Amino acid sequence: MAEAQSTLVDARRAAEVRERRARWLLLAPALLTIGIFGLFPLTITLIYSFLSPGTYGGVTWEFSTDAYVQFLFERDIFDGTLEFSSTYLQIYGRSIGLAFVATVGALIIGFPTAYFIASKPPEQRNVWLFLITLPFWTNLLIRTYAVLLIIRDEGIINLGLINAGLIDRPISILYTDTAVFIGLIYSYLPFMVLPLYASLEKLDFRLVEAAYDLYATRFQVLRRIIVPAAKPGIVAGSILVFIPGLGAYITPTLLGGGKELMIGNLIALQFGSSRNWPFGSAAALILMAVVMVALLIYVRNASREGGNHG
Amino acid sequence: MADAAAPAAAAPAGRRARLRTDLRHQPGFTPMAWVCIVFLYAPIAVLIAFSFNDNRSVVRWTEFSFRWYVEAFGNEGIRNATVISFQVATVATLFSTIFATMAALATTRTRPYRGQTLAYAIVNQPLMVPEIVTAVATLALFTIIKKATGITGIGYLMLAHTVFCIPFAYMPIRARLEDMNLTLEQAAADLYAPPFQVFRRVTLPLLMPGIFAGVMLAFVVSLDDVIITLLVAGPGETTLPIYILGQIRRGITPEINAVSTLLLGLSLIFVTLFFLIGKQRKT
Repeated sequence: MAEAQSTLVDARRAAEVRERRARWLLLAPALLTIGIFGLFPLTITLIYSFLSPGTYGGVTWEFSTDAYVQFLFERDIFDGTLEFSSTYLQIYGRSIGLAFVATVGALIIGFPTAYFIASKPPEQRNVWLFLITLPFWTNLLIRTYAVLLIIRDEGIINLGLINAGLIDRPISILYTDTAVFIGLIYSYLPFMVLPLYASLEKLDFRLVEAAYDLYATRFQVLRRIIVPAAKPGIVAGSILVFIPGLGAYITPTLLGGGKELMIGNLIALQFGSSRNWPFGSAAALILMAVVMVALLIYVRNASREGGNHG
Repeated sequence: MADAAAPAAAAPAGRRARLRTDLRHQPGFTPMAWVCIVFLYAPIAVLIAFSFNDNRSVVRWTEFSFRWYVEAFGNEGIRNATVISFQVATVATLFSTIFATMAALATTRTRPYRGQTLAYAIVNQPLMVPEIVTAVATLALFTIIKKATGITGIGYLMLAHTVFCIPFAYMPIRARLEDMNLTLEQAAADLYAPPFQVFRRVTLPLLMPGIFAGVMLAFVVSLDDVIITLLVAGPGETTLPIYILGQIRRGITPEINAVSTLLLGLSLIFVTLFFLIGKQRKT
């Protein structure tokens, strides 16, 4: 009796071991590929950020904290003294500012849209959601080029306004912060609408009804019932627009004209014509740090909301 | 947002009364939703329209023509870039879908185990890091490998694409697996089917729509990538988006519109297939 039981236990344990082995074998290719070619390179960036730049790109193996010093200070060419310089801080500040304003803009357009979709009958919702999602799956470069085409000085907007006699000279939008702002909203708007919709879809409209019964105005209903219900979606959507907006490369390259840099351009430039890989690595890590802070805020918020996120 | 009067006053009395009694209505929200759709589609519509314009201009319409498409097809640079794009996307899709399927099998429908969350986080890692950071980090690693081994070639680009395609292929496969319950597989096992046979005859056919969806997403994502390709691709490895970027920098021509429209159409086909497969799942 006892012997039979112990063989049963043994058999179960053997099965468990087999299952565990199978599981890790299945996971191995994905984990190794991403581990070696996705995670490990980030470690290399960390190491590179503490080395000295090579003359023709790359690095020379000499320890140096110059990359981080350069971020805040400028070395005087003549006597080598350090002087505080805000050039790079400004680029980060600009990027954070632009990403933030774009997030707010996306929220202003996205919130009513998500609410509108959620208040539609279920069979119509899918069509609307498809329409919102579709641009996201098309090429970002081409979409940005499409924006460039219409906001150019000779673009359809300016031409239309001139032909209508509303303006005599084209309004210069392209190659300004406004263009980058429009481009960022345009690129990441679907990211805002989808999580907002996910929260609003769950809204119990009986609450709205009850509020009206208690003589609430439309605005009070919006402020006290709809917006609180959408809060997890607002947070998730804002993060999803803010983070890619912060690291955007295509939008500022095409629409910002390359004069006014964003973090993405700065990093790419260091690995390209500026040939300062350590500084580029440091800039990339600092971007990662900003992103991590934004993600932490999101995770804390999501867990407080009961962890019901996508 | 609170200015209810303006659009409502213009509306006929019946509509106004209906809106007033519609509990779900919020003033200004419906027009904003339409603004959103127009904003998303108008630029693309203009781009597509002017790809059919029989003129050098991308603003003044003259006549409908396929002239720029003919020119695009005749352009050797575009043809080469298309071939490269498809080669890279095919290889990346193949490997990423296989790896993602395996990983999905190991992370769904099991009791929680140690390292499961970590495995999940690693699989999704490429989505968490800004693309520009991934791009420069990958460039750094590949430069080291190239220097150490002397091996060059398009394999690096394919590898980089495989990495970021894995989470995209993983998502629909995982979703499909979570929708599948274990009963059929357990029944097969009860009938003494060996594990591999259970997988081949029961699990895999049931999983197929998820895998197809994964293939579509991975392919689109690879086909559309700009930043990582821009930094990692060596000479002679120009993909279609990189070619287009180069052309845009040189000056705007309707030919770019034509190529862009073709690429848009291609993505559209894949994504529509993805959605159709997804819809099929629910019925």
